Amino acid sequence: MNDSQIKKLKAGDEIKLSGVIYTARDQAHKRLAAAIKSGKRLPIDLKGAIIYYCGPTGKPGGKVIGSCGPTTSGRMDKFTPALLKTGLKGMIGKGARSKEVIDAIKRHKAVYFLAHAGCGALINKCVKKAKAVAFKDLGPEAIHKLEVKDFYLIVGVDSHGRDIYAKK
Amino acid sequence: MKIISADRISRIVADLCVRANLYLRPDVLARLRRARKAETSKRAKRLLDAIIDNALIARAERLAICQDTGLPVVFVELGQNVRVSGDLKKALNQGVDAGYKKACLRQSVIRDPLVRGRSTHSPALIHVDIVPGNSLKITVLPKGFGCENKSQLKMFHPTAGIEELKDFIINTVKSVGPDACPPYVVGIGIGGTADYASLLAKKALLRKIKGKTADRLERELLAAINKLNIGPMGLGGRTTALAVNIEKSHTHIAGLPVALNFSCHALRSATEAI
Repeated sequence: MNDSQIKKLKAGDEIKLSGVIYTARDQAHKRLAAAIKSGKRLPIDLKGAIIYYCGPTGKPGGKVIGSCGPTTSGRMDKFTPALLKTGLKGMIGKGARSKEVIDAIKRHKAVYFLAHAGCGALINKCVKKAKAVAFKDLGPEAIHKLEVKDFYLIVGVDSHGRDIYAKK
Repeated sequence: MKIISADRISRIVADLCVRANLYLRPDVLARLRRARKAETSKRAKRLLDAIIDNALIARAERLAICQDTGLPVVFVELGQNVRVSGDLKKALNQGVDAGYKKACLRQSVIRDPLVRGRSTHSPALIHVDIVPGNSLKITVLPKGFGCENKSQLKMFHPTAGIEELKDFIINTVKSVGPDACPPYVVGIGIGGTADYASLLAKKALLRKIKGKTADRLERELLAAINKLNIGPMGLGGRTTALAVNIEKSHTHIAGLPVALNFSCHALRSATEAI
């Protein structure tokens, strides 16, 4: 997703995302933020990347991945500004974000999406490839590289800092 | 005296874990369909359709309804005339391990809350009740933590009025918002002690959702909650809660504990009695 595409998105817009995204949730965020702070090399390139707050189940036979819906984004809030500063462009999760995160999204011209909450079996259908690429010791909390097709998303916070939850 | 082997208990628990995580409770699915019919917001209708589709896909493709396959909570009602041959707790946990492994469910349990470390499928959280009779009833509730994290407890003064309780409950629901994956089922425990009220609130989630409840407080709370316009994913609509279930207990003259335990729309549980 490039800058001009992101710039056009408005909070409340619905899109279908196709491409590469990375899963990361609580413990992976803690490690990424610690690595950024100490200037260590990150296991994935965050520049232009999209992170999906997700810890999938195991994969039943014949499937690429298991059930793989979003987890609560708010728990990642304290780590997010540092990741955005490092070049992260998009986040996918569920629920509202803090003011600090919304300000950082605006500052770095990034975007936050909502995925169908509690619909891990439905979302399974749009994952075409999946591979654990970092922090494999974390099991379901490892960073997985996913290739998705037509992943239905709602823009939660756009690059201008507009928040879908503020309208209500 | 009825003798039940630990192995048999393990097999039953394994089956319950699979059933609970893959097959959405029929009463919950029926209530979602009814809510979809009554919903007026266009987006809420689409989101409810997705939730219903998700349950059907999970069933058909043997995928977990939600990737958060929970902290397995196991309720046991053990008849006092039943003797378990073998280790009951071990049998329950072995059943959880076997069921979770079989259905490729997530390892979401960590042994030490502070050290964290590698996650596993078990141990389950086990609640045992001794009851009269010679049967054994086991219920598995895989409890997701998006909603569990929103639990609340308030120790009211015994002189508190019903309006104060209602305000606390409604304000708590407001603060929960989208994080607990609405439409929720709201479990409420009133009475007992602090810990017991919390347990009652969780047990309230097990009660089957059917028709219009006879309890006036449940009806009033449900109506008030569904006026909050939280809706599916917190994006508005009249479907904020599918049900409000209240369980009560005796308590002390000095107190009035009220506990809330939320379930997301993927309220999963399965029961078997032998």
